[in-house]
Amino acid sequence: MEHEITNTAYLDMELLRFTTAGSVDDGKSTLIGRLLYDSKAIFQDQMEAIERASIKKGEEHVNLALLTDGLRAEREQGITIDVAYRYFHTPKRKFIIADTPGHIQYTRNMVTGASTANAALILVDARHGVIEQTIRHAYIASLLRIPHVIVCINKMDLVEFKQDVFDGIQQKFLEYSNHLDLHDVRFIPISALLGDNVVDRSGNMDWYQGPTLMYLLENLYISNDYNQLDARFPVQHVVRPMLAEYHDYRGYAGRMASGTFKVGDRVKVMPSGFTSVIKGIDFWTDHQEALSAPQSGTILLEDDLDVSRGCMIIPAENGIKQGQDIDLMICWLSDKPMIPGGKYALKHTTNDLRCMVKEVKYKVDINSLEKNYDDRTIGLNDIGCITIRATKPLFYDSYRQNRITGSLILIDEATNVTVGAGMII
Amino acid sequence: MNHLRELESESIYVIREVVSQFENPAMLFSGGKDSIVMYYLARKAFYPAKVPFPLMHIDTGHNFQETLDFRDWLVAETGVQLIVKYVQDSIDKGRAVEETGYNASRNKLQTVTLLDSIEELKIDCAMGGGRRDEEKARAKERFFSHRDEFGQWDPKNQRPELWNLFNGKKNMGEHFRVFPISNWTEMDVWQYILMENIALPSLYFSHEREVFERDGMLYAKTPFIKNKDSEVVAKRIVRFRTIGDATCTGAIESKADTLEDIIREVAATRTTERGGRADDKRSEAAMEDRKIEGYF
Repeated sequence: MEHEITNTAYLDMELLRFTTAGSVDDGKSTLIGRLLYDSKAIFQDQMEAIERASIKKGEEHVNLALLTDGLRAEREQGITIDVAYRYFHTPKRKFIIADTPGHIQYTRNMVTGASTANAALILVDARHGVIEQTIRHAYIASLLRIPHVIVCINKMDLVEFKQDVFDGIQQKFLEYSNHLDLHDVRFIPISALLGDNVVDRSGNMDWYQGPTLMYLLENLYISNDYNQLDARFPVQHVVRPMLAEYHDYRGYAGRMASGTFKVGDRVKVMPSGFTSVIKGIDFWTDHQEALSAPQSGTILLEDDLDVSRGCMIIPAENGIKQGQDIDLMICWLSDKPMIPGGKYALKHTTNDLRCMVKEVKYKVDINSLEKNYDDRTIGLNDIGCITIRATKPLFYDSYRQNRITGSLILIDEATNVTVGAGMII
Repeated sequence: MNHLRELESESIYVIREVVSQFENPAMLFSGGKDSIVMYYLARKAFYPAKVPFPLMHIDTGHNFQETLDFRDWLVAETGVQLIVKYVQDSIDKGRAVEETGYNASRNKLQTVTLLDSIEELKIDCAMGGGRRDEEKARAKERFFSHRDEFGQWDPKNQRPELWNLFNGKKNMGEHFRVFPISNWTEMDVWQYILMENIALPSLYFSHEREVFERDGMLYAKTPFIKNKDSEVVAKRIVRFRTIGDATCTGAIESKADTLEDIIREVAATRTTERGGRADDKRSEAAMEDRKIEGYF
């Protein structure tokens, strides 16, 4: 692919964020290396560096996986420790890959990578088919509500590019995923090592009529990935210039979490519930007519209300849930288990408060996807359903409806470490 | 939504979070294009109010004059507070020891001056223009990066960063580094500069300069570098892809003298921009080591 950069073509490029999930040795690093290499995101000096490193390690092929191992310990041990972010672009889109390690103990990393993703790439080794880890990856994609899932059935070259292998894995995956909350699932037979159906169409699988992986990544319809119905504007910061020419200026700065606001819209400010009308929407020196997710901007209201960080501007006629007792799915991120009855700091939109864990309803057995009511200890990488009581009411949507106003994190008050990722039910 | 507008919105969100979550933040400013873009985004984030934190320049004393002139022009033009801290002062106080020899650089010494300044001025968050695409150790960096009381980074024990919820909680004496343009690539930065018509130091554009070759790279002839007898200084038509300390920033031969030409050149180039930085070539984990110690 040649990228002729014209002076305006880049103005039409969109941003797509995706996460990659796979188990050890199913070729995830090779696939990412392939995408970066074929889209020319790997530079000559980087390529030379990994060629040198591969020779030093006595490896037969250039090990594209070395590109993604950023830390010394990872290179020495040949493992991936943490989420790494990769970038490449084609003339149509800029891509951000959240590359997460796939081992069983790294659920927390996949959850992190999945939280901002438009799409998840799940790798399956064609020789092994759907395994426990595949199911776990599909479950996390569903739990985090990643809008698009692409199942890459890799190493097709090692099963003689046979269609029945591909069909069997697809059918098996669907048996599980039909019970999950996945709405857009695609299957592609690939060979990351040889490049079949990654960027270029495979000459070895005439039976496959679908798109290549790159074509799919470039053309997934992502405009609906944000909730467009419910306008939500968490106030981040109040802009008061204290300058003579802007004496009465009072703007509410933030980023649209979902939906659109227009000048003239009747709005309500939570938690007070007072209503007003949007007088203006500023961004830098522009006076805009509208603000849509995920844009940042500054909103001005007709009336002088008491609005500060932590408030949320919503449509006057559109309700938002409110409450102090919240049910949520939690993914635990710390080696120190969650303490039932324990108190944690809580961050939700631009609000900082505290909460107590009231009850653990059940733990999810991440391999069978059964609910476990007997063992309710929530430790590192566990996922469970809990009820918390917050120190003051939250105004929120369910995570299913809104990934921004429906998510929260718990923080250990002694260490200040982020320990829990919560998705409100 | 155009990808640059989405990155812009994300960065502005991060900068506003910094102002809301920290009491005494500062923005590190080197005079390079990344810190220029980061400061430009900060101006957008708070307009029409002034940027509510100072810029801080850690000055190695080995700058290109063009960078300093540009810095002073920008500060005067936009009315922001500028703090300059000098590596020379750290050397004079015996806090840092000057490297010697042909490849001597003050690049690494900046860390000492930076950490001392953070402590002295009680800065609880230093924003930097680092990008994850620059270097592989940076690829694992968070937007909000926690530093212990020694200013150190622990890459294996980073806080998970989910959705747009940034955890800036810390204990006394600890601080944060925040990288608002983490998700931008070199190309994004250039395209944004073109789209917004942002002013840059003249060093980025093609010009005639006295240079010499060392280890396959071109360096500017400056009083700060000791030349070997075998090194031939000659006038060439060059420009810089990154701007840092003059002792370790390589030039490239280029006729690109407009933003459009530079973008075309960046698109066609086959080496990373840090490929021109001697500081990263010292070892495979050079950046990781410096970051752990508290480098930018």
